Amino acid sequence: MSAVLIVVALTLVAVGATAVVFTPEPARQAVTLSVFGILLTLLFFVLQAPDVALSQLVVGTALVPLMVMLTVHKINQRHR
Amino acid sequence: MRIFAYAVAGWLVLVGAMGILRSRNLIQATVSLSVAQSGTYVLLLAIGYQWEGRAPVFSPGSTPTSDVVDPVVQAMALTDIVVSATVTALLLALTIQIEKTHHTVDPDKLQQLKG
Amino acid sequence: MSRRARLLVFALGAAGLAVMFAFAVAGMPPFGTSEHPYRDLAVPAALQHRTANVVSSVNFDQRALDTLGEEVILLSSVIGTAALLRPTRRESRRPATRGGRVSDSTTLLSYLLLPVTVLIGLDVVVHGHLTPGGGFQGGVVLATAVHLLYLAGRYESLQRLRPLSWYVWTEGLSAASFAVLGLVGLALGSGFLANIAPLGSFQSLLSAGTVPILNIVTGAAVAGGGVVLLAQFFAQAIGTTQLPTRRSTS
Repeated sequence: MSAVLIVVALTLVAVGATAVVFTPEPARQAVTLSVFGILLTLLFFVLQAPDVALSQLVVGTALVPLMVMLTVHKINQRHR
Repeated sequence: MRIFAYAVAGWLVLVGAMGILRSRNLIQATVSLSVAQSGTYVLLLAIGYQWEGRAPVFSPGSTPTSDVVDPVVQAMALTDIVVSATVTALLLALTIQIEKTHHTVDPDKLQQLKG
Repeated sequence: MSRRARLLVFALGAAGLAVMFAFAVAGMPPFGTSEHPYRDLAVPAALQHRTANVVSSVNFDQRALDTLGEEVILLSSVIGTAALLRPTRRESRRPATRGGRVSDSTTLLSYLLLPVTVLIGLDVVVHGHLTPGGGFQGGVVLATAVHLLYLAGRYESLQRLRPLSWYVWTEGLSAASFAVLGLVGLALGSGFLANIAPLGSFQSLLSAGTVPILNIVTGAAVAGGGVVLLAQFFAQAIGTTQLPTRRSTS
């Protein structure tokens, strides 16, 4: 059972990473990065690492995408 | 299954590096770098995993056992995540600063500027 | 270098890396092995110091020196970002741009969520030695919670709740107290960052000696640093009349 969960979570993470890298626009990348963060969180839970999962959730799903979004906003503002 | 987890970790590093290479925007390069770094989290946790192992946290009410997954690699992955966030913050700040002085965030155009 | 040439160089490098990585993986223990020599040392060491969360024990007791290094990395990155994003004189005169209108329900929800999120953050920090979590995770939750006020469309009240100099001082002093706690251990003859506080009883709130103390100190440092970091980016993206760095650090 856990083997199936791990394979599914790993596959989702691999697909998610590819999606983030091939997202053309930085503004959309902030969103895909956030989704990728959730997928990593799931994987870490399945791998019995709740501490790491919690860390990934707050940093990778909230903090980093927020900083990316604010940077995109700042740069688009100046190019209008 | 024996190596699938390691392969995924390697793929994350590789696809992240590819993202840095093909980026036309420094923000994209930064995001790709954080994807590449997440490969190291997966690698660390894959090394420490044990089939049917429990989480190395004996919350109140549970009895301690030695059949847990490796806590040392988890502590390292935790440090890794925090460091990755600080690196991303610094690189994004640099991107904003570069845009202010050079009015572009395209790495190719920045290279032309230097001549 | 043209894009084509760059792609070729990358392909060569990536192929080389893939081959070496494959060799390395072939020599590694298989995924899910039951042989974990570090685990066999770390778990008894954590139990000896009555720490229920072994990961916290590794971070704040067995490898506490590395965590001090991590705090210094965090501190330098916050200082670096603040220095890079210091507003220019022209920018600082620009009035704050108004965001879109925010519905009343969003405002209400954000106000309700703020205390809840702060409580969750504190809970994660304080129970770091018992349950998953700790100073780093809780600190980030706290830093993000403060910025829910932005979601509420109240950037002005966010600025009132956020006299940035407080957070700058919190970050600096907490990181310093981490080092001071280490020196106390040295002065008592146990060694730098040794677990010197009374160990208490296993799985209770007062247990694990210095681990919860270091967790709280780290939580304060991360929360302070996180707020300062996010404030710099918000100031850039939204443009404010307040000078976040210049006034607070001088």
